[in-house]
Amino acid sequence: MSNMWSIIHKFGSPPWFYDFTQRWLRWLLPITVLLLLAGSVWGLLFAPPDFRQGNSYRIIFIHVPAAVVALAGYYALAFAGLVSLVWKIKMADTAMRAIAPIGAALTFIALATGSIWGKPTWGAWWVWDARITSMLLLLFLYLGVMALFEAYENRATAAKACAVLSLVGTVNIPIIYKSVDWWYSLHQPASIKFTGESAIDASMLYPLLLNIGAFYLLFAVVVMLNMRAELLSDYRTASWLQQRLGGQP
Amino acid sequence: MAFSSFNEALAMAGHGPYVWAAYLLTAAVLAVLVVTPMRRARLSREQIQAELRRLSATATTSPIEEGDHAPHT
Amino acid sequence: MPPDSPSLPLASFLRRQFKRHWHGALRKPGDTFNPLLFYLMVVTLFPLGLGPDPEVLATLAPGLLWVVALLATLTVAGKLFASDYADGSLEQLMLAPHPLYLAAMAEILVHWVMAGLTLALASPLFAVMLKLPSQAIPSLVFSLLLGTWSLSLIAGIGAALTVGLRRGGALLSLIILPFMVPVLIFGASAVREAANGYDAASWLALLGAYALMATVLTPVAIAAGLRISVDN
Repeated sequence: MSNMWSIIHKFGSPPWFYDFTQRWLRWLLPITVLLLLAGSVWGLLFAPPDFRQGNSYRIIFIHVPAAVVALAGYYALAFAGLVSLVWKIKMADTAMRAIAPIGAALTFIALATGSIWGKPTWGAWWVWDARITSMLLLLFLYLGVMALFEAYENRATAAKACAVLSLVGTVNIPIIYKSVDWWYSLHQPASIKFTGESAIDASMLYPLLLNIGAFYLLFAVVVMLNMRAELLSDYRTASWLQQRLGGQP
Repeated sequence: MAFSSFNEALAMAGHGPYVWAAYLLTAAVLAVLVVTPMRRARLSREQIQAELRRLSATATTSPIEEGDHAPHT
Repeated sequence: MPPDSPSLPLASFLRRQFKRHWHGALRKPGDTFNPLLFYLMVVTLFPLGLGPDPEVLATLAPGLLWVVALLATLTVAGKLFASDYADGSLEQLMLAPHPLYLAAMAEILVHWVMAGLTLALASPLFAVMLKLPSQAIPSLVFSLLLGTWSLSLIAGIGAALTVGLRRGGALLSLIILPFMVPVLIFGASAVREAANGYDAASWLALLGAYALMATVLTPVAIAAGLRISVDN
């Protein structure tokens, strides 16, 4: 526990964070891109076609990773909010501001790819099934946080408000997911079932897992990139930053 | 390889347009997600460095604040 | 009253808050009748848009009745805490020796009686207009009683976070919409089950569970939101 606290404390220091990301992003970003390419090429060209869905199932290799990381991202958002509220660490505010639009973008990818997947597979651009509907509500949750950030003029207060909202959202996510699940199963139209009920073959599982890992990594990388950009803007008069950029104190 | 030719890979037995559209859309969004903060950071870096050069060129102007850890909001 | 004088007992304090908001609401009857009027207008519009076929309306009625209740709640959600924020009473309440969340609950209770309870009691009329089978009406009323209480609490969270903002209205609706979805699903399902002749008890139990959970948990968020808005 004290180890986690010391980690949070280190990340809470802007100069430490700046140096950390300077060292790590240099090779984390290319590695992430490579992993994404590897997983996508594997899934697109090397995994066998599905027995029922043919080739359209290949969208799964981006749809599922995007959806998984989008949901995890909201929990990351709420965790940052908790750290900000309880320990009043400003870097947590920066993290929240970075995470929200990224999570929204990933949710959008999940929805768009899910919709595109639906057309050749089930004949419709939009199917109100439990997962897609839950993703749509997750998008609303993200958009709400983003809009709340914009609406407050004072940035510190904005972060506090968004922390409260995202924590309320976290409590509600299981309830929303379950209620949508029951809503869907009550009205289940005949024989529309997503893959995932049947066991997934290893030749499809491995590229999927690879891409899920790659998306998680990408999420971390993009969050760090955004936090760095914000540090460069917020601390432009700070001596520690000017030193690192070659200025004389 | 699941496909025996480039054309086959493009067409994917009729599902090609959907699959490729999905992947291209995703690649585009992810590219924007990565490039946008990098550009923002580069612009800020250049601005700070230009300001530092300007200040050191006119060495008698007001000193840079020491130990300023407060954010410039 | 000054913060260091002998404090009013909690019960009297709450009674006073309740009466203050109650009389305030009575002075502005529009706040009560606007949701009802809105409900009546929408219930009139739906048959005009969907056609008068009673079987079609009967099939859609459970969902429609619940969606309109949700929308009606949204129309008055922005009024919560607004007057207390504007005239400085919120700051006074924050300084009072009694927990802020209890004072907030008093206002939400008045809000619910005016906007939610009245809707639930008036709902049989709207149910008849939308051709809901009469066997479903008790479930409708009961689900609305439980559900509008939850919706008022959720609206309280949104109002607490947005009361100090300009143009907070649309933002309020956006941020609380996902939280209202389970209530909508449970409520509409209860009415639909009853309309089809089945037992709505399990859905009503879910509504009750949600209402209990909301009653216990939302005050924390509401008080936090109010403090943030006042500090802004």
